[in-house]
Amino acid sequence: MSLLQVKNLVVEFPHRRGTLRALDDISFEIAPGEILGVVGESGAGKSLTGAAIIGLLDPPGRVASGQILLQGERIDHLSSQQMRHIRGRRIGAIFQDPLTSLNPLYSVGQQLIETILAHLPLSEQQARQRAIELLQDTGIPAAQERIDHYPHQFSGGMRQRVVIALALAAEPQLIVADEPTTALDVSIQAQIIGLLKKVCKDRGAAVMLITHDMGVIAETCDRVAVLYAGRLAEIGPVRQVIGQPAHPYTRGLMACIPDMDSDRPKLSQIDGAMPRLNAIPSGCAFNPRCPQASDRCRSQRPELMPAGVTAAACWLHAQEAT
Amino acid sequence: MTSRLQRWLDSDVGHSFRSTPTAVAAAAVALVCLFGAVFAHWVAPHNPFDLATLELSNARLPPAWSEGGQLQFLLGTDDQGRDILSALIYGSRISLAVGLASVLLSVLIGVSLGLVAGFRGGWLDAFLMRLCDVMLSFPAILVALLIAGVGRALFPNAHESLAFGVLILSITLTGWVQYARTVRGATLVERNKEYVQAARVTGVAPLRIMRRHVLPNVLGPVLVLATIQVATAIITEATLSFLGVGVPPTSPSLGTLIRVGNDFLFSGEWWITVFPGLMLILIALSVNLLGDWLRDALNPRLR
Amino acid sequence: MSPPQPLVRAHDLAMRFDVSRPWLQRVIEGKPRQWLQAVDGVSFEIARGQTLALVGESGCGKSTVARLLVGLYAPSRGSFHFDGQDAHAAYQSADARALRQRIQMIFQDPYASLNPRWTVEAIVGEPLLEHGLISRPAELRERAAELLVSVGLSAQDLGKYPHQFSGGQRQRISIARALATAPQFLVCDEPTSALDVSVQAQVLNIMKELQRSRGLTYLFISHNLAVVRHVSDQVGVMYLGRLVELADKHTLFSQPRHPYTRMLLDAIPKMQGSGAARTPVQGEVPNPLNPPSGCTFHPRCPQADERCKTERPALRQFQGIQIACHQV
Repeated sequence: MSLLQVKNLVVEFPHRRGTLRALDDISFEIAPGEILGVVGESGAGKSLTGAAIIGLLDPPGRVASGQILLQGERIDHLSSQQMRHIRGRRIGAIFQDPLTSLNPLYSVGQQLIETILAHLPLSEQQARQRAIELLQDTGIPAAQERIDHYPHQFSGGMRQRVVIALALAAEPQLIVADEPTTALDVSIQAQIIGLLKKVCKDRGAAVMLITHDMGVIAETCDRVAVLYAGRLAEIGPVRQVIGQPAHPYTRGLMACIPDMDSDRPKLSQIDGAMPRLNAIPSGCAFNPRCPQASDRCRSQRPELMPAGVTAAACWLHAQEAT
Repeated sequence: MTSRLQRWLDSDVGHSFRSTPTAVAAAAVALVCLFGAVFAHWVAPHNPFDLATLELSNARLPPAWSEGGQLQFLLGTDDQGRDILSALIYGSRISLAVGLASVLLSVLIGVSLGLVAGFRGGWLDAFLMRLCDVMLSFPAILVALLIAGVGRALFPNAHESLAFGVLILSITLTGWVQYARTVRGATLVERNKEYVQAARVTGVAPLRIMRRHVLPNVLGPVLVLATIQVATAIITEATLSFLGVGVPPTSPSLGTLIRVGNDFLFSGEWWITVFPGLMLILIALSVNLLGDWLRDALNPRLR
Repeated sequence: MSPPQPLVRAHDLAMRFDVSRPWLQRVIEGKPRQWLQAVDGVSFEIARGQTLALVGESGCGKSTVARLLVGLYAPSRGSFHFDGQDAHAAYQSADARALRQRIQMIFQDPYASLNPRWTVEAIVGEPLLEHGLISRPAELRERAAELLVSVGLSAQDLGKYPHQFSGGQRQRISIARALATAPQFLVCDEPTSALDVSVQAQVLNIMKELQRSRGLTYLFISHNLAVVRHVSDQVGVMYLGRLVELADKHTLFSQPRHPYTRMLLDAIPKMQGSGAARTPVQGEVPNPLNPPSGCTFHPRCPQADERCKTERPALRQFQGIQIACHQV
């Protein structure tokens, strides 16, 4: 059974000028222990997907329709009290900025122990021991001493390790990581990606890794979902989506990325820009920029359909003969 | 003109205004008071300063709805036969004039000093901020009393006409500090932004950068402060006039009226002091509520 | 015949910042002044029409170098010659204006680099007005429109405000502003780091096209080696304020010599990778307030020896590149 199921999720922002659909009918699943990447450009809705799952949508944003199921139980319309029990215990979160993810007034140990005690039936002693183990697992040297240090005494990369330890503290089954490496230097990024992969595989926790960096996805994820203008464009195993993308947007995206291995005089580019939420074209959201758009693309919105090993929302892969 | 108004009403701030009943009501009240104050000559039923129209036989009349009251003196009269309503209208004109003038002056001084302090930094900044600290450690009334006293001592004969100047000056000198601090903080933030650096790279002179680039971006909080400070200034002026060191008695403001009426409170003629008091509260409250709404409307996080 | 003089020549540039606590606190606590050596002796040359890229991680000083070149800071040591002229002397003198017309800068943050209260016309036209290059408002509008068109925007955008544009479009407006005075040298501080990949491609293509059509010389600062590979001719790798390797692009990427360069290249996630675990280098960039002795990279270097811990390596020529390493 899949760990997380998102079915036809719609997230809306009622605004005085009308309602904006930030996420429009997204569906995907995450199996236990799997690492799913959610990639897209700014405004595509990837952070919102994570926020909706954790239950931290900023009002007036709300889940307008659809279901989010964690191990078969619906979690999308729970009260904040119930959501608080789930957060931490069954879903852990890692955000982009390690500086603001930790409370500067409390020591690292206090924050870890607070989370552990809130969700697990342990004594203070046991919780402290567990906290030290967590810090050791995330590669913090001299964990016995550093557990009593304050966040400002850690460097950026170390802080992000503490944040990962915090997310894992109550042994959640799913971790939602929103751009965990974007604020870090390249060399630290590599360390943190490796760490995330290792500790999650060790603990059997599934990860939903939200990022705009395809390289990070290529290194870490098993499967990847590509979002465009609040819709799912393509989803499938990482090798396939990167190597043989089925959706024209994914293809365009992969072609734009400057490659370390080749030397092109001009980077291929996708003309135009992702549409604003209040100006999404009819039919397929990508059609104005797509080199292969047909009339059908301009009028009918494509569903997610199988395209080889992956699934893409594109009429090019429709089964019926054209 | 009307299309600009239309555009403003359509904007986020305008929409917030339209959908906040308190703000609309407060603005309406404030506008009515302002209108009355500006056009006092036409709005007020009588002229309380024209000695020729006063009749002692009209003295101490209660408000029109109580026994013994007359309709032409809607809110009653004082011990000299002056119509309270007219005195109110003329009084609020003085109060508003002093309040607005001192806030304007405070803003000018405070914003300029704050800009310079934030932009230049260094010893100038340190000096100005310490000056602010010193000014803030004095209660506003004390400073005002001091300045008023000095003014009287220096110009005993020209006292009447200078009284206004001294009054406005004393309120200004305690009010500018907030603006200086707020603007300095905002300037420090804006100074490091890339658009300021871009202007420096282009070779624009620092004074020009301060005036044309930074100033428009730091005025937001100033507007909110100024609105709320109008209320404070009016009350400060009222306090000073109540204490007798404010406006000269020949041009009574609301504070003077309250003081004068205070003497009659215990002889039962409550209206002479209560109505000016209510008027003061009304003006201060409406301006305060307007300022509150403005602060929330301009705060991007609350939108 | 000797080769033409390089347009940009930096020699032993250094910059330190006073990060001491306020005077009163220092006196009370009895602490000395504290300096941050952001740039510690950087030398390079850029030929006309070429692009030098400076790469490095946080704290390496590349942004400070950029700001030194455009005159936002005055160096605490060293010199920078532009077209044969001592630039920093010029920045302090009456010649500053003429120099500033020829050197311009593009910034990283598209949201903070345009004044939110100014129209696009005012923003793009400011350098023209400042340098007295035009006199009539109609002429200003014309020139501003031309500049916008040259970066792929339209004349319709003149009356709009920055918040009405996306990040990529704002960056184009920044480029248009930088080109207003027809400069010869553009310093670009991470111009595409804040942009999405597809937008980045558009902006980089525009920049390359403008370089070709106008013969511009670029100093391109970035932390993204893949982007650097695409735009640069020469690459300089910086670490904690010093240049550790300086080579032409092909050599650097095919045969990186300095251990730090190798580490940086290795740290880039591979798109076509097998997903097998790499062994990333340990440690983090040390605190620039307290740099390690000798070669600042030695705590993280797999090849460090005693000499590396005590003696600072100088940047020297080696097989056609410049490198600062004892082990090479």
